[in-house]
Amino acid sequence: MKSPSFLLLPEGPTKNVARYTSVLDLIGETPIVDASALSPNPNVKIWAKLEGRNPAGSVKDRVALSLVEAAERDGILVPGKAGQVLIEPSSGNTGIALAMVCRMRGYHLKVVLPTNVSIERRQLLEVFGAEIIESPGDEGSNGAVKRARILAQEHPEWVFLYQYANPANPNAHYTHTGPEIFRDVPEITHFVAGLGTSGTLLGVGRFLKEQKSATQIWAIEPPTGEMVDGLRNLDDGYIPPIFADLGGAEILDRKIVVRPKESIEWTRRMTEIGLFVGISSGAIMAGAVRCASQIPEGESATIVTIACDDGWKYLSTGAWTDDIDTVVERAKKVIYF
Amino acid sequence: MTVSVRLPTVLRVQAGGQAVVELDGTTIGKVLTTLVDTFPGLKGQVISEDGTLNKFVNIYINDDDVRYLQQLDTPVSDGDEISILPAVAGGAH
Repeated sequence: MKSPSFLLLPEGPTKNVARYTSVLDLIGETPIVDASALSPNPNVKIWAKLEGRNPAGSVKDRVALSLVEAAERDGILVPGKAGQVLIEPSSGNTGIALAMVCRMRGYHLKVVLPTNVSIERRQLLEVFGAEIIESPGDEGSNGAVKRARILAQEHPEWVFLYQYANPANPNAHYTHTGPEIFRDVPEITHFVAGLGTSGTLLGVGRFLKEQKSATQIWAIEPPTGEMVDGLRNLDDGYIPPIFADLGGAEILDRKIVVRPKESIEWTRRMTEIGLFVGISSGAIMAGAVRCASQIPEGESATIVTIACDDGWKYLSTGAWTDDIDTVVERAKKVIYF
Repeated sequence: MTVSVRLPTVLRVQAGGQAVVELDGTTIGKVLTTLVDTFPGLKGQVISEDGTLNKFVNIYINDDDVRYLQQLDTPVSDGDEISILPAVAGGAH
């Protein structure tokens, strides 16, 4: 007799270990799911790596743990010692992940947060006990970085891990995310991810190119919008130090802007295959779809994308439920990447 | 080829306050040369003295960063939209 399908055990790899001694052991080893149903090209497969499965909910859990562990190895942070304070600029996910790690380790975290992030991002920082220092929303992440650098200079007693300049950021992806992707999808031809600090792209990109030099690395970024209006001259611009130090320009093969409307459209389309992910993941999927549509006829390709986080933190933006033009206007005013 | 070039706020002063200018050229480099010839105040800002792109400037053709295409040799077509933008710390989680 054939068993009803709901009684069948799921196929695929099973983890041998189901018990963990720490939540921090749950970071990484995220699943990759076939998203090819969204591919516009039948010869191009698309896989999405679900980073929302990390315990604090995003790809940044990997970075936060790597930053803190590196500082502990270097003796900059000492677990259990009283009165240790960290400061970090973040528009959300790094702050949330660091807040979780710091809470567990007993460090006090101050996060410089632009005022225009979703309410859920702010609340999650508070959940894990981080102190929020506001930076002007119209200056975006650039403003948060600037303010954090000034505060860190004024308070040399605070530990400034500075994800934009700390090699432990790309290193988390070079030693974990990249190898996981290559192990799970060895036929990969293109890696498409978001560009913020550039940590994911540099770490995964370098690892993949070392394995297969022909792997194409595509960076997706949101439009800078109005935040660049405040710059007084071009030299006020900012390139993450890790990008310059690690030869980012040599690792990337393409860099494209995906606008809010397309980002939200693809965030919604992803629910067709059961993926409830954050808006930056929609932007990255839009980029992967553009990449797929540019593969010449007769050629095949395998794209791996990163779904940075899940959709929970963006419910208040109405991204899935409100009129799309209204949501797009809202998205132009908040940082969703 | 006529393309529209969008200037960032910080460069508009040297371009008579205009946000978008229509220019001719067959490549990004040629369009930018015409831009600087038209508005000499922009000299040295977008393209450095050594003829390369200023590292704090990103130039996009229809949302594609030309640094990862053919840089200043990237060909342009009629109706393309070129944007000149300062490099800033983007979204970043």
